[in-house]
Amino acid sequence: MKITLDGEPTPVQPGQTVAAALLAAGRVSWRDTRDGGKPRGLFCGIGVCFDCLVVVNGVPDVRACQRVVADGDDVRAQRGAELPEARP
Amino acid sequence: MYPDVVVVGAGVIGAACARALTVAGLRVTVLDRGAPASATTASGEGNVLVSDKGPGPELDLAVASRLRWLSLVDELGVDIEWESKGGVVVATTDAAAQPLLDFAAAQRAVGVQADVVDRVHDLEPHLTKSVTAAVHYPQDGQLQPVLAASALLADVRKRGGTVRAGVAVSGVDTANGRIAGVRTDQGVIACGAVVNACGPWSGEFARAAGAPIAILPRRGIVMVTAALPLVVRHKVYDADYVGAVASGDAALQTSSVVESTPAGPVLIGSSRQRMGFAERIDVEVLRELARKAVALFPVLADVPVMRAYGGFRPYAPDHLPVIGPDPRLPGLWHATGHEGAGIGLAPATGDLLTELLTGADPHLDPTPFRVDRPAVMEAL
Repeated sequence: MKITLDGEPTPVQPGQTVAAALLAAGRVSWRDTRDGGKPRGLFCGIGVCFDCLVVVNGVPDVRACQRVVADGDDVRAQRGAELPEARP
Repeated sequence: MYPDVVVVGAGVIGAACARALTVAGLRVTVLDRGAPASATTASGEGNVLVSDKGPGPELDLAVASRLRWLSLVDELGVDIEWESKGGVVVATTDAAAQPLLDFAAAQRAVGVQADVVDRVHDLEPHLTKSVTAAVHYPQDGQLQPVLAASALLADVRKRGGTVRAGVAVSGVDTANGRIAGVRTDQGVIACGAVVNACGPWSGEFARAAGAPIAILPRRGIVMVTAALPLVVRHKVYDADYVGAVASGDAALQTSSVVESTPAGPVLIGSSRQRMGFAERIDVEVLRELARKAVALFPVLADVPVMRAYGGFRPYAPDHLPVIGPDPRLPGLWHATGHEGAGIGLAPATGDLLTELLTGADPHLDPTPFRVDRPAVMEAL
């Protein structure tokens, strides 16, 4: 099973969360803050803190710790506050 | 030393009353069974609106109160996230257009700035294209209500008053037919006057004091999106909101109200439902709020919702606040029934109550808000 992380094809295990896949790929940060652009990644890990937000298939603000990977997911870092990509 | 006045309820109304009474030189104690500003005050959007009120006593109170907020922002010296953001009210059907324009004309006639806008997308680029009429209200504002109430209470303390959280009031003591004290779970506090500022629970407190008034809880729910780039610049709402506010129907009413907060999330309201103090959040309500918000701002369709919160508004059957003395029990005062407008109406309510209590000249006519009016008495 494969997803892309910031454009890079990356093997993942079925059942892994996006956060687990990112950590396994050696990433600790995949978002920066709206004010000051400070790096953020996994914090609470249980869906409460909304710190681990990431863009999955064009949808921003996905909690990486709650989203289970699906084959072919396009995961990319989130820059501050983003709007969803326009629907085709 | 005993307080002159005990204010029961440390929401924004109790805080504004306590602050005005304190500034007038009275010794004030504020009691709340929970934390200050933790119930109705913490459950809204922080609206300071003139746009949703037609000519009449509530609009007069709103206009006076807005001006007081503007001066309080300076007087309190604390950031309460005041934003003179302005409101934009839109009609999205042909049928709704003329009533909105007529409503705005009536407001202009009494001095409210209500500008009909032809190019509303200059103000709100993401707004739906199917707008049939739009009115801009530059005087509408917003603030962070918990900060604002806390700042008022801090000022009460700074001026020598007392604010006590976690003190539950169970009733009053009387002597010679008038208020002599307040009974709490931590003893009796002797005082000369009591202000019932219990919001949706003020009906219960009034009953416990032996002078019931008809105030009921009216449920509302707000949805909160993830933090977004600036997509909503004003407080934007559908013209049918005014009708939903004015309705006395107990059944669910929703009307789209959409606005950004300084932190980035967009708040999506509004719902009104009479369901007692039931705290559940119904999916049906969320679905309707979301559907109507997306109709106003199509860009919100794929935006994630982080959470939703609910609260209770203090509802009076005739939709007017209750401000003044209770003629049945000297020393008992009420400041309640502001429904969803309590944040905006708080400062003028505190001033009016203080003027009546101290015998000063009221800055506006208190008659429409009097306690012994039929809707508040006979609805019991």
